[in-house]
Formats: sequence, structure tokens, C-alpha cells
Amino acid sequence: MTTTEPRIMPMGMAINEAMDVAMGLDEKVFLLGEDIAEPSGGVYKITKGLSTKYGTDRVRKTPISETAIIGAAVGAAIAGYKPVAEIMIMDFIGVCLDQITNHAAKIRYMSGGQTTVPMVIRTSAGAGRGFGAQHSELLEAFAVHSPGMKVAIPSNPADAKGLLISSIFDADPVLFVEPMLMYWDPAYAGEVPAGDYRVPLGKANTVVEGKDVSLISYGRQVHTCKKAAEELAAEGISAEVIDLRSIVPYDEAAVMASVSKTKRAVVVHEAVTRCGFGAELSSRIHEELFGTLAAPVQRVGGKNIPIPYASNLEKAFLPQVADVVAAVKRTNK
Amino acid sequence: MATTNRPDAPDRDALLRMFEIQQKIKTADERFRAMLTSGQVQLIYYSPRGQECISAGYAVHLRPDDYVVTIYRGLHDHIAKGVPMRELWAEFLGRGTGTCKGKGGPMHVTHPKSGLMVTTGIVGAGIPIANGFGLAAKLSGTDQVTVVNFGDGASNIGAFHEGLNMAAVWKLPVIFVCQNNLYGEHTPMAMSTGVEYISERASSYGMPGVTVNGNDPVAMWKVAGEAVARARAGEGPTLIEARTYRFWGHLMGDAMEYMPKEERKAAMAADPLPAFRAWLLDNGHANEAQLTEIEDQIKALVDDAVEFAMNSPEPPMDELYTDVYEEIIK
Repeated sequence: MTTTEPRIMPMGMAINEAMDVAMGLDEKVFLLGEDIAEPSGGVYKITKGLSTKYGTDRVRKTPISETAIIGAAVGAAIAGYKPVAEIMIMDFIGVCLDQITNHAAKIRYMSGGQTTVPMVIRTSAGAGRGFGAQHSELLEAFAVHSPGMKVAIPSNPADAKGLLISSIFDADPVLFVEPMLMYWDPAYAGEVPAGDYRVPLGKANTVVEGKDVSLISYGRQVHTCKKAAEELAAEGISAEVIDLRSIVPYDEAAVMASVSKTKRAVVVHEAVTRCGFGAELSSRIHEELFGTLAAPVQRVGGKNIPIPYASNLEKAFLPQVADVVAAVKRTNK
Repeated sequence: MATTNRPDAPDRDALLRMFEIQQKIKTADERFRAMLTSGQVQLIYYSPRGQECISAGYAVHLRPDDYVVTIYRGLHDHIAKGVPMRELWAEFLGRGTGTCKGKGGPMHVTHPKSGLMVTTGIVGAGIPIANGFGLAAKLSGTDQVTVVNFGDGASNIGAFHEGLNMAAVWKLPVIFVCQNNLYGEHTPMAMSTGVEYISERASSYGMPGVTVNGNDPVAMWKVAGEAVARARAGEGPTLIEARTYRFWGHLMGDAMEYMPKEERKAAMAADPLPAFRAWLLDNGHANEAQLTEIEDQIKALVDDAVEFAMNSPEPPMDELYTDVYEEIIK
């Protein structure tokens, strides 16, 4: 009889494993991006070892040319490949927005379904590391607003692996947002199933069950919600925490079922609050459940400002546990 | 073009194929403009008239499995790559029988069966995508080549710089065809572009660049053939600047007040297609009966396509939400 150690690993390693598995399964999968090949294996070491294992044809270092990176991925995807393009930091998406919204997203529709763009754009994002306004932002809302794009944002290593493999083999372009702070922090490490482990897009995960209020989130802010749920429990408030995992498609049935039960909802994300995905979610909940709600849906997000550098100001930009607790209290007046 | 015969000309078969492509473009374009000006149809239309030698010159070197990427002024490239006339017309008129089921329109004609992979309405944006087709061919180990067409205006946008650099670094089998019609929308090249010849820019990427008279079918054929051969042999990309002129301005309905009247008149007087026709006859590459037969067949082909498109229904309403994703997500 053999016993196996639980496979505990940080998110960065789980993402690396996802690409390794996908490349092993299908020779049409290839990676391209700045600095991703050895010896560095990417600025965050996420692609470490992959160019040695699969060669530099399939793990391609590119010039610092985001438009050329995404364009090459779009063309190769139409021609039958499954490219995984890395945009080092999400704020750089602005450089290649045309290739994403006008091309990757629209080509299936514009061609009447004759050509498809099965590609993934991996990008790291998130404040809290003192990188300032242009290296910290969550910008997923633009892709939600671009029909044709899918968007996934994992909150833990197992989901990161499972969602990424699903995204690579999805028939449509997926923006895959990786919370930068979670890459190598042991506090966010978790057990990750071996092999070809997949988590479907559009299937939410109920992280904490509760009956008084629904906290709906995705990405790193799921952890803020979990901590808030613990604090609320101490005060006798039972909070349910829903991790959406992907926001296009998103699991509307799970959201409506949870809020139908709790009658109260707080939507939490790191992107600036104004016109964030929380605004859409709040609207949908009101449209569907208005008459049954005990209180209006509350939003907790980043402040509506560029992300500041000074650590006290940067912290104040980010949603805090106390902000979530306060929002829950607003639903309980 | 010169009336004397030319030792560098292609064989008769290639010459007649080029003539046929050009005649198809001219006939289709004339019909579109006639139907627009008579009010029979309404559509956004960017006439390629005047530029047809360029498409014919590269297309005769391509195989059906080679890739072409083009832009909103793309009718000549669509026809040259062999997109079927009926489906092409139906797409331009927004019918459910069009290449893209009427969902793309003139600016997004796509027909992968002919190798017409992308038509973009965004200046310069096809260039980086063409690299992806080149990369796919390279990774697959095929000798397919990609021709990407764009205008002189596109050479001033960032995607051009990023795309040509990457193609050179990766030695991709891509031919960059800048159809320089001397105007970027309403602005003459001299007011927007710091070099006299766009082909000069190739040297900054470490790739060959050549300027050719895009209205000379033999010269265009020769330059394109060299670039296609180089790409097929794995020797990397080429930038071709094909100088030409657009007879009907940026967009149909454009008053063209920014184009000097004499300049346009002279360009139209030097219309490359009748000149090519005369040259073919003068040098014994074809006789009058052969060319007339080709012209008659093309007229019938366009008549048939117009009838097909005009009699086709609009796309059914249940197409509204399909083809956004593989599954329907509202």
C-alpha cells in the first residue's frame, strides 16, 4: 500500500502545472509572451521549466509588443492552434485592446461562425505590492463588456489549474486573470489534484454556506469575504460566500438561489467599484429578486481612484474585511 | 504600361488569369457603384477601382491553402483570392446566404475555404494577425504563405511596427503588401508620412523592402513572385510597397475635395486595366475574341451573383445570438 502526500502548492505552481498538462495533451497548445522562456521562465516564474521541456518553438519569447503578441495568437488560433498568450501585467492590456475587443472577441460573429479564436490571454493583476497605478489594476470589466470574450478569475490553486486547463481547451477566447499576490504566497497555497483536472467555466463554488446574507465575489477578494464571514459569525450573522470563478459566463442560477435564500447580497471585487462587474451583478439581482429582497444589494470594490503608491493609501484603495462587514450591516438595518 | 513586349512577363496562362481577376474586380465594382448611385441598394462601400493589378499580381502566385488578410477596402483582394461571387455579393448586401451569413458585411468578409481569413475594419490591425497565420504554418512545418494587405495610412500605426518587427525576428512566411494609393482617408501621404517610400521602412526591421508600380501587372507579378518564393523557402518576410491610385476616394459618396481634380483625371486616364488589355493584344498574348469571351463570362457571373444576392433573404432572426460563442451566452 502506498500513501501519497497531499499535493499542496502555491497558485503559481498550479498555473504552471496547468500549462504543462495542456501542452502534454495537445501539441497545438503553445505559449507566447515576454520573458516566458528559460532561463528566467517569466518575471513571476510562472512558466519556469516549460521551454526546457517543450522547446522554444512552443514556449516563445516575444518582443515587448503586446499588440503583436495578441495578434499572433489570434491568427494562430484561427489557423487551428490553441495559443496561450501572456500579458505580463493587466494594465498593459490597454496597449493591445484593439486585438482583444475588435478581433479575438468579434471574429467568430463577424465570420458567421466560419472562423473561431480558441485562445487564452493570461495576465497577472492586483494591488498590494507597491507597484503603483500602472502595474496593479483589475480591468476585467472591459472584457465583460465585449461579447465574444470569456473571463475567468481564480481564487485558489486548484481552481487556477482547473479553470486554466478548461480555458485552454475552450472553443472561445478567454481572458484569464491571475491574482498576482497569490502566486507564491504560502498563505494562499492549497491542495491541487494531479493530472488533467478541469473546473468548468460558469460554475460557481459555495465556499462558505450561510443563511443571512450572500457575499458574492471572485479572485483574491473571496478571501476577504471568508474573513468577513468569520467576523460576522462571531456576531451571530451567518454569511454565505459564493466564489463565481468565472464572470463570463457566470453562474447566475447559483447567485439567484443563494440570494433567494438569504434575501441580502453584498458583491465584492477588487476592481474600482464604478462600472465594475458588481454593478452588473447588483442590477441583475435587483431585476430578478427586487420584491423579495430585505435590503438593496450593496457593493464593495476598489475606490474610484488610480491606485496609489504609498502603502497606507494603497491599502485604503483595496476592499477591506471591515468594508465587507460594514456593507453587510447596511443590509441589516 | 509599355506597348512593347517584355522578356520578364509571365507565361500566357498567368497573364490571362491576371486579366480575368482584374476584369472581375472592375465588373463587380462598376455594378456596386451603379446600384448604389441608382439607389437600388444601400451599403458602406470602399471602391478598390484602380488598385486591381496589385491583387491579381500576388494572387496568381498563391495556392488555395495560402492565407490572405485584407481591410475594409478589400473587394479586389476577396475576388483575387477566389471568394465565390454569389456569397460575396450576398455578404455585401447583408443577406443570410452571404459568406458570413450577413453578420460581417463588406468590412469583415471571411471565406476560409478560399483562404480569405480575415477582413478588418481597423487600420493596420490585420498585420499582427497575419503573423499568427505565418506562425501556424511555421509550427506545422507547411510551406503555406500569408499575404496581408493594408494601405499607406496603416504604415503609420503602431501595429505595423510591432507586426513587421516580430515577423522579421521570427522569420515568418508573411508578405506585407502596402497598397499605397497615396491617401490615408482624406489626407495625402506627404502630410502624414515622413519617408518618400514606405518600403524604406523595411530596412529598420531587417527585412527586404521594395517599391513597385502597382499599376504595372508584370512588375507587380514579378515582385510578388519573388516575395512568395522567399517566404515559401523559409527565408522570411518581405515588405512590398505597391504604388497605385484609388479612383473613387475613400468611401463611396466622398466628395473627394481633397484630391486635386487634375491628378485624379490623369490617374483615371492611365487606367491600368484597359492598358493591360491593349498590351495583351499588341503582343500576341491573346486575341480580341478570347478577351471578349472572358469579359462576357464575367459579366454573366456578376449578373448571376447580383440576382442571387438580391433574391436572397435577410438572415433569420434566430441568428442574432448564435456565433457569439460556441454555446449561447446571453
